[in-house]
Amino acid sequence: MSTATETTPQAPRLAGIPPEKRRALVVGASSGMGAALVRQLAGEGYRVCALARRSEELEALRESCAPLAAATGGQVSVRTHDVTDTAAIPALFEEIVRELGGLDLIVYAAGIMPAVGEQEFDTRKDVDMLRVNTEGCVAWCNPAAELFQTQREGTIVGISSIAGDRGRKGNPVYCTSKAAMNTYLEALRNRLGDYDVHVCTIRPGFVDTKMTQGMDGLFWLISPEEASKAILGAARNRVNVRYVPLRWMWVGLVLRLIPSFVFRRLSI
Amino acid sequence: MAEGSVPGEVLAQRRSYEFVEAWGMAAGAHSRVLRPRNVEEIRASLEMARRESVPLGLRGTGNSYGDASVNGQGLVLDIRRMNRILAFDEEQGIAEVESGTTVRDLWKHILPKGYWPQVVSGTSFPTLAGAAAMNIHGKNNFAVGPIGEAIREFDIVLPNGELRTCRRDQHSDLFHAAIGGFGMLGVISRLVLQTKRVHGGYLNVHAFANHDLAEMMEYMQAHRGVADYLVGWIDCFAGGDGLGRGLVHDGRYLAPGEDPDPETTLTAAYQELGPNIFGVIPKSELWRPMRLLNNDWGLRFINTVKYWMGRLEGMGPPKPWTHAEFSFLLDYVPNWKWSYGRKHGHGLIQFQTFVPHEAAHEVYTDILRRCQRARIVPYLGVFKRHRPDPFWLTHAVDGWSFAMDFKVTPARREALWKHCHELTELVLDAGGKFYFAKDLVLRPEDVVRMYPEDKLEAFLKLKAELDPEERLQTDLWRRVFGPLRDRARAS
Repeated sequence: MSTATETTPQAPRLAGIPPEKRRALVVGASSGMGAALVRQLAGEGYRVCALARRSEELEALRESCAPLAAATGGQVSVRTHDVTDTAAIPALFEEIVRELGGLDLIVYAAGIMPAVGEQEFDTRKDVDMLRVNTEGCVAWCNPAAELFQTQREGTIVGISSIAGDRGRKGNPVYCTSKAAMNTYLEALRNRLGDYDVHVCTIRPGFVDTKMTQGMDGLFWLISPEEASKAILGAARNRVNVRYVPLRWMWVGLVLRLIPSFVFRRLSI
Repeated sequence: MAEGSVPGEVLAQRRSYEFVEAWGMAAGAHSRVLRPRNVEEIRASLEMARRESVPLGLRGTGNSYGDASVNGQGLVLDIRRMNRILAFDEEQGIAEVESGTTVRDLWKHILPKGYWPQVVSGTSFPTLAGAAAMNIHGKNNFAVGPIGEAIREFDIVLPNGELRTCRRDQHSDLFHAAIGGFGMLGVISRLVLQTKRVHGGYLNVHAFANHDLAEMMEYMQAHRGVADYLVGWIDCFAGGDGLGRGLVHDGRYLAPGEDPDPETTLTAAYQELGPNIFGVIPKSELWRPMRLLNNDWGLRFINTVKYWMGRLEGMGPPKPWTHAEFSFLLDYVPNWKWSYGRKHGHGLIQFQTFVPHEAAHEVYTDILRRCQRARIVPYLGVFKRHRPDPFWLTHAVDGWSFAMDFKVTPARREALWKHCHELTELVLDAGGKFYFAKDLVLRPEDVVRMYPEDKLEAFLKLKAELDPEERLQTDLWRRVFGPLRDRARAS
């Protein structure tokens, strides 16, 4: 073991991504896909800054990533941050980018989906979702977009959801928040395309995370690790919109084609 | 300004962390950019820099080719939010503007009233704050001098927060030092400018194709009295007897009554061409095909075509060009600089040399020959006539300027810099000068040689007096002047 740590860390080869261009920021990293992304990036020799609200989970993540990062020359730093504190973001963003020595990739993975009852119209709950899923996304992607546009380089990944494809009975505002995110990311992509900056929208189906725990009728369930692999693959191939796993694309297609008067009668 | 006061808080919300780049893309650095909207917020920006003990660099639209508005070691103040036109006196043509107003904002506002800015740059995007700080010149420098000559008054926020109103007869030293002082003495926040009465929406432009450099200089020298604008383009690839061949454009204002329909031609809509060529080809995409020709052979081809087209043009009668078309040739293709490559390390520098009249022909012949011998040939060469002016750090001489656009690539950067340093020697030996808005290659020893000693000393003394902490700095300042205390120690 000691010999392994003494050898010079070797970052794995990644086509088109030299070791000095591996600096990433993951917002919403304490669990689920965010955490899996941090682990994968650390294993690829990235300097990663992981942000989340819950500091214990973040610490645990940092520790679990330490051996991986040491082997590849990567590095994981963590920061406790609540994305609804948008006023703090410009200064925090600058601090992180300085610390990483630049930025090549930002992933917005923060998201909440509280259970909403069939007859429930709870404005507070709904506004919370909008604040975390949408407002937080805008507040983090905007400074990144400004930086990437001016340096003509960088990738923005937003983890949205297949739920954004249609307005469903189950959780109206969750769908709204994700639809808003989809439109925002699309607009950002169009705006930044001229500057060689890529924006990738991820629409996951069911991923085995806290969000889906206890939900009924799950299928095609994948682990966060599988999801993170697919997410980074899509981002690196400069895919605009990627369903994860890919076969959800067909579900999305069908969902979007169902006429409203039919969709209204379905229990999805 | 105490911490937590309102301007500071507001400012904290209008900041960003960006890659602040030289216009030519050959230099740049990550910086926090602050965007004040008024004098209070300018003071708050200075205060923020002081609190963090970092220098503050001043920037407008970032149109200086080199590192004049880049500050890799601190904060950047972006003046663009202060862009209101405060007043325009239609009787006398006097404009009062906030300094983040661009040349473009200004002409669009005043042309329908029958005025045109007395001095404009080859692009309309610079802010007037930047234009004043760099003391820009136009194609009419030989006739009316740089923009400083058109400035009647300005407000400047000193590094200690004090606001001074400067005129030729009030704080005269600061007036003549801050114009052309490349943002090292304070933040210019308001300007009062004299503009020029025009009697039509266009200029009569005579074209003259010259066989060599001497012919170009002869033409321009002979027409100094009659032309309002004179600008020469040189095909830098042409050698032998055709060394310095090119085209001169000689623009003349219309006399009253000469334009049959000034009501129409003076409108902004008439001045600018549409976004498409032949109605279909979007100009915004032109840089992409231009990239294919952005190499020695491509430019040799383009220059040859341009020259022969110019010969044809020169045989015809003078043509009407609108003011905007004639003045802002560089804006014709949006983002044309991207044809030089967009990856880091690629881009262009402009090396603009100013040489006194007597030595000019010899020096420029030598420069063109050396470029061709070294196979580092400018892709664009622009030739102009100048006259001296009273500003302390002026770049103008009673002579000529030759601006050369060189392509920068990582592989050739070092050789290019060496080449430029060789040319710098020739220019300085002839008593010539350089222009900070274009520069990325000068060294401290070059700057010492190019200014009269008393002017340079006076400027540095004023800097030390107004900005003892050297709060205002840019990469340019650090490159050519270095920290003031080191200079003091050396002398």
